[in-house]
Amino acid sequence: MSYEPVSISPLLGRLSLDSLPLHEPIIVATFAAVAIGGIGLLAFVTRLGLWGTLWRDWFTSVDHKKIGIMYMVLGLVMFLRGFADAIMMRIQQAIAFNGSEGYLNAHHYDQIFTAHGVIMIFFVAMPFVTGLMNYIVPLQIGARDVSFPFLNNFSFWMTTAGAVLVMMSLFVGEFAQTGWLAYPPLSGIAYSPATGVDYYIWALQIAGVGTTLSGINLVATILKMRAPGMGLMKMPVFTWTSLCTNVLIVASFPVLTAVLTLLSLDRYVGTNFFTNDFGGSPMMYVNLIWIWGHPEVYILILPLFGVFSEVTSTFSGKRLFGYTSMVYATIVITILSYLVWLHHFFTMGSGASVNSFFGITTMVISIPTGAKLFNWLFTMYRGRVRFELPMMWTVAFMLTFVVGGMTGVLLAVPPADFVLHNSLFLIAHFHNVIIGGVLFGLFAAINYWWPKAFGYKLDVFWGKVSFWCWVVGFWLAFMPLYVLGLMGVTRRMRVFDDPSLQIWFVIAGIGAAVIAIGIAAMLIQFAVSIRKRDQLRDTTGDPWGGRTLEWSTSSPPPDYNFAFPPVIHQLDAWYDMKTRGAQRPVEGFRPIHMPRNTGTGVILSALATVMGFALIWYIWWLAALSFAGLIAVAIGHTFNYERDFHIPAEEVATTEAARTRALAAEA
Amino acid sequence: MSATILKGSVDADEPVSFYDLDEHEHPEGHSTMLGFWIYLMSDCLIFAILFACYAVLGGNLAAGPGPKDLFDLPLVALNTAMLLFSSITYGFAMLMMQRGRMVHTQFWLGVTGLFGAAFLAIELYEFQHLIHLGAVPQRSAFLSAFFTLVGTHGLHVTFGLVWLVTLMIQIGRTGLIQANRRRLMCLSLFWHFLDVIWIGVFTFVYLMGMLR
Repeated sequence: MSYEPVSISPLLGRLSLDSLPLHEPIIVATFAAVAIGGIGLLAFVTRLGLWGTLWRDWFTSVDHKKIGIMYMVLGLVMFLRGFADAIMMRIQQAIAFNGSEGYLNAHHYDQIFTAHGVIMIFFVAMPFVTGLMNYIVPLQIGARDVSFPFLNNFSFWMTTAGAVLVMMSLFVGEFAQTGWLAYPPLSGIAYSPATGVDYYIWALQIAGVGTTLSGINLVATILKMRAPGMGLMKMPVFTWTSLCTNVLIVASFPVLTAVLTLLSLDRYVGTNFFTNDFGGSPMMYVNLIWIWGHPEVYILILPLFGVFSEVTSTFSGKRLFGYTSMVYATIVITILSYLVWLHHFFTMGSGASVNSFFGITTMVISIPTGAKLFNWLFTMYRGRVRFELPMMWTVAFMLTFVVGGMTGVLLAVPPADFVLHNSLFLIAHFHNVIIGGVLFGLFAAINYWWPKAFGYKLDVFWGKVSFWCWVVGFWLAFMPLYVLGLMGVTRRMRVFDDPSLQIWFVIAGIGAAVIAIGIAAMLIQFAVSIRKRDQLRDTTGDPWGGRTLEWSTSSPPPDYNFAFPPVIHQLDAWYDMKTRGAQRPVEGFRPIHMPRNTGTGVILSALATVMGFALIWYIWWLAALSFAGLIAVAIGHTFNYERDFHIPAEEVATTEAARTRALAAEA
Repeated sequence: MSATILKGSVDADEPVSFYDLDEHEHPEGHSTMLGFWIYLMSDCLIFAILFACYAVLGGNLAAGPGPKDLFDLPLVALNTAMLLFSSITYGFAMLMMQRGRMVHTQFWLGVTGLFGAAFLAIELYEFQHLIHLGAVPQRSAFLSAFFTLVGTHGLHVTFGLVWLVTLMIQIGRTGLIQANRRRLMCLSLFWHFLDVIWIGVFTFVYLMGMLR
């Protein structure tokens, strides 16, 4: 990497032909594959004539269900990219021994581990979790949509804009080589003069706007849109955990926005917040980013705790054990998540008192988490447990997650952390909780709610193949990292001197390969299920014997979700309705008030992408122009007062009559 | 449906309603004030971080000028007065809105905008003066934190002014309809919020800076 100053042209900024990584054969090949695949996809969509449908029914849709599904698709696509990065690292580390440099140079390898972390957290886990909450929460609280439907569409497209920028960095310029949190001074302009960190900053800033707004939206939705009778303590646990997650989003993402703004000021303007000179403090950045970063990991896991609660209760055929304690445990975790950030850098040297405080608060978090685990176990105890796919993922989670939790408590002990800090032990720990918790939870959720979203169940055989490959692959891939970490191997290494370590990396590589089979099996599961959808069809809308309101409507639910808002008397409202023989109304339908679709979100997001790109490449005129465009379109949007319409009563009656017939045919 | 039914009962014999057949639609924009309030709190966090940065880095002068060398308290007091007056006049606009008097509302909104613009002008003058003295944001961590905190507040005021003008045009076109009233309420929250932040800036940055 050369550090000679690049010339900045007024027209193209620092963008030139040299910015294209033509000298890296791996990237050129990737680009060719992506380009061919992309052109193929575009041609396919064009050939089927789907552009109109995509635009009208999906891209511009303000329906929370469609936005939820689009989030999931985004998460899945980015997951494949993030996993490709993972497998490249595993191969590199498995072969770079005995003088071999492996196949990745340092410049490329450093980008890969940074991109892997950034993508997996911001563009895989976040879209998955947000998509899930978007889809399920309004249905669980008996609402027709979220509080601010347009904002929801806009949020999704801003997240997508961030993802587009990250993907762009693969082929135009480079991505950050700093690690996923971009600590200064390494991420400062002196040590990272190229575009990498700028891609990082603007991708996260633009996606962060979407995340914050969707957090505000869902908090308002849960507080304001619940069906009559649903007091806070009658909300399903998933809705509770979503509420806490979105409170965390609103109360932590602004911190990320602020700290990244300060970093970009340091880089663009030459201020001295995090520099080594003129009174700047790099440790200030590390503190601030973890004040966002630790709540972030609870943002990811809490909704999945909700999923496990729903799944355990449904498949044990019992009300959830300890609902109240579950709610309070969630709230306690929400609050405590702000009091532990310093455990990420005990080695900063804050002294024994500070480290002890943060070590103890960290350990305290395991108490509410443990309470949750016992609640799930007691729910299963003496229940009629059905080992369907969602329940299998839940059991795998319980067994895997406790190990990750225990190694987490181990790391919370400051003296132990001094030894294990930045080692592969830490890597194993957080993959243990994120894969074992967040991903397994997502897979449980996908298998659980897929029939709700599409009207047919997922294929069980391929689901089981995927399940076993994932679980076995996970243990194979990450247990060696615990061992290596205990032996003192640090993270982010590209080559190794000690040949005795190689066997562990080879085992980890085999584990990653097994996981790859698990991912392939999951994609096959989706494909097979779509093909066999008529055999897997569920016409009841309640294939699992569910207990919460989303199962009371048809699968997929109509645009308006509920023809009449349900009235809630107890926890597990749908179970209550079933046991007490609630009769679905079949007449007296009224016109239903709904929000209108709009393309403004797509336009704003496109402009934001252009602005991000222009800022990354110092193309100032384009940045100013697209910023002005953003403001103009946003203001223009506020002049549109016609944002809603009514679904006519006859249309509701027709839809509901079809559902009545389907239910009768089932019976 | 009656209140007793809503309370719920586990007695299976008692007839209960499970569907709200006589639905009352949520009035348009019923969540807006709550949503906007939550947004303001998230914005407040951004300021909290900037204040924290100023608290931590504000003493790092790097042998450059400090608060006592730079701040001109009478000017800042004048500036503060401009912003506080603009809050009062916004309050008058809201009172007129409640009474449904569009012209008066517009008048007070206009006055608010002028006070806001005066505030910005004085702030820009102050910044230009500091830069002229060589106290640029790049000079020290103290100045970086100072310019960013005060400048972010100024950017918010600028944004508020753009919003204010937009709203005045919208009120001119469609009158004091429900949607516009709601927007005026939101801008009101926003405007007063900026006032509160400024009081923090004035106390914490300027007054305590002179004491340091």
